[in-house]
Amino acid sequence: MGKRTIIPFGPQHPVLPEPVHLDLVLEDEKVIEAIPSIGFIHRGLEKLVEKREYPEMVYVIERICGICSFGHGWGYCHAVEGVMKVEVPVRAEYLRTIWHELSRIHSHLLWLGLLADGFGFESLFNHCWRVRERVLDLFEETTGGRVIFSVCKVGGVRKDMSKEQLEKMSQVLADLAKELKSLTDVFLEDVSVKNRLCGVGVLSKEDAEELCAVGPMARASGVVQDIRLTGNGVYEDLGFEPVIETDGDCYARCKVRIREVFQSIELIRKAIKIIPEGDISVPVKGKITGEFITRMEQPRGEAVYYAKGFDGDDASMHLERMRVRTPTNMNIPAMVKTLQGCDLADVPMLVLTIDPCISCTER
Amino acid sequence: MSYVAKSPWVIHYDGSSCNGCDIEVLACLTPMYDVERFGIINTGNPKHADVFLVTGSVNEQNKNVVKQIYEQMPEPKVVVAIGICANSGGVFKECYNILGGVDTVIPVDVYVPGCAARPEAIIDGVVAGLGKLAEKRKALEGDVIVEPERASAGEQQAQDTDEREEGAK
Repeated sequence: MGKRTIIPFGPQHPVLPEPVHLDLVLEDEKVIEAIPSIGFIHRGLEKLVEKREYPEMVYVIERICGICSFGHGWGYCHAVEGVMKVEVPVRAEYLRTIWHELSRIHSHLLWLGLLADGFGFESLFNHCWRVRERVLDLFEETTGGRVIFSVCKVGGVRKDMSKEQLEKMSQVLADLAKELKSLTDVFLEDVSVKNRLCGVGVLSKEDAEELCAVGPMARASGVVQDIRLTGNGVYEDLGFEPVIETDGDCYARCKVRIREVFQSIELIRKAIKIIPEGDISVPVKGKITGEFITRMEQPRGEAVYYAKGFDGDDASMHLERMRVRTPTNMNIPAMVKTLQGCDLADVPMLVLTIDPCISCTER
Repeated sequence: MSYVAKSPWVIHYDGSSCNGCDIEVLACLTPMYDVERFGIINTGNPKHADVFLVTGSVNEQNKNVVKQIYEQMPEPKVVVAIGICANSGGVFKECYNILGGVDTVIPVDVYVPGCAARPEAIIDGVVAGLGKLAEKRKALEGDVIVEPERASAGEQQAQDTDEREEGAK
C-alpha cells in the first residue's frame, strides 16, 4: 500500500472557471476518495422573494446562472404562471422554446471548448468558442443581450421575432451545423482525444439511477430521463426524442452533448417552420396565492422550481417561498463516485464532464 | 497606448458571480475578441499575474480567497472589478450572504459596469488598468512605493461614478 496524501483542488484552479473545492485523498497516483466542499458562491438569492415583488423576481432568478439564464427565467415564470393559473399564448411558448434551445447550443459549445482546454487542445477550445459567438450574435439580434436577456416575463415574453429574423436564424443555424461537423469530428474521431475520454470515469446505469444523476450525465449512462418528454414547452409538437448513450464514460457524455447540439438545431429549425401567429404575452396582475412546482430540462439536466404565495388574507405581491433545485447539485454525488479510483491526471476531465455549474448549485 | 509595451498577464477569479461575466472574460481571450494577440495570457498562478480580474461580489466564504490571491501577486499590480456585482453587489446587494463589492476587501483600480459586462467593456477596463500599471511601475522604479489604500479606492469609485453619470448625460 502506498503512502496516503491529500491534495487540495481549487477553489482557484486553472481548469475551473468557477470556485469549487475538492480534497483528493491519494494513494500514490490513484484517487481513493474525493471530498467536495462548496459555498464559495452562495448568495442566498431565494430569500430575496421577501424583498422583491413576484414580477421583479424574474431578474434575480435569471441571474442564478449566466449560462442557462433563459431556462431559469422560464422555469420561474412557469411556476408563477402555474400559481396564478395563467394560460400562456402558444406563440410565446414557441419563442421560449427557441431561445431555450439556443441556450442549450451555446452552453454545450461552451462546455466542449472548456473540455478541449481541459485536455490541453487549445486550438479546438478557440474554435468551439468562435462558433459559439455566432449563437451569441443571434441572441443579441433577437433579445439585445449576449448572455442575460431578461426577455422572459410572467405571462409570456417581452419581444417578438419578425419573419425575417426567424428565417435568418434558420439559415445561420444550418450553416453552423455544417461548420460544427468538422469540429465535432475531432472530438469523436481524433485518437489523442479518444485516449483521454474513452473508458475514463465510467458511471454504470445502476449507479446513475441510485445516485440520482440527471441530464446528459444520466443519459450517457443509458438512463432515459429528459424533462422535455413531460410536456412543457412545445416539444411534443416538435417530435422530441431524447439522446441516449450507454457507455457511461467521458466519451459518452461528450457524445451526448454533441448530438444534443445538432438535435437542438433541428428542433429550432422545425419550430421556426410551424410557429403560429398571435399574441406574445397575457397580462398577469394582482396578489399571488397558492403553490406550484414545475420541472425544466436545463442544458445540465433537470431543474425543479417551486413557488408558494401567502395564504388567504396574507396574500400579497410577494411570494412566501421560492425554491430552485439545480442539476449540478444532483450530479455531484455521481461525480464523487466516478472520482474514486481514477488517476490524479484525469481529475480535471471527470470534474469537467459533469458540466459543473457552481453558481446554479449554490445560488 | 504606448504603455502596452509589455504583455500583461491576467488572473481571473469568480467571486460569487452568476457566470455571465466569467464567460465574457473568457470570450475576450477567444478568436472573436482575441486579446491573446497582444500577449495577454490568462494565467492560473497569482505570482505570474499583473492584472487581477474579479467578477462577482464578495461573501464570507470567499473573502479570504480573494485576499490571498491579491497578496500573492507581485507589485506592481492592478485590480479590475468586472460587472456590477463586483462594483457594488448589484442585483444581489440585499442578499444576506453578500458583503458588497470587491472594494470591501481589496483596493480596486478600475470598475467595469454592466450586467453582464460586455467583452468590449472588459477590454476597455483592462486597457485603463494597464495605464495605472505603468504609473505604478514608474513609481516603484523611482523607489516610491505606492501603498494601495482603501481610501484611494473609494475616491476612485466616486470619480468613476461621476464619469459614468456624465457619460449618461
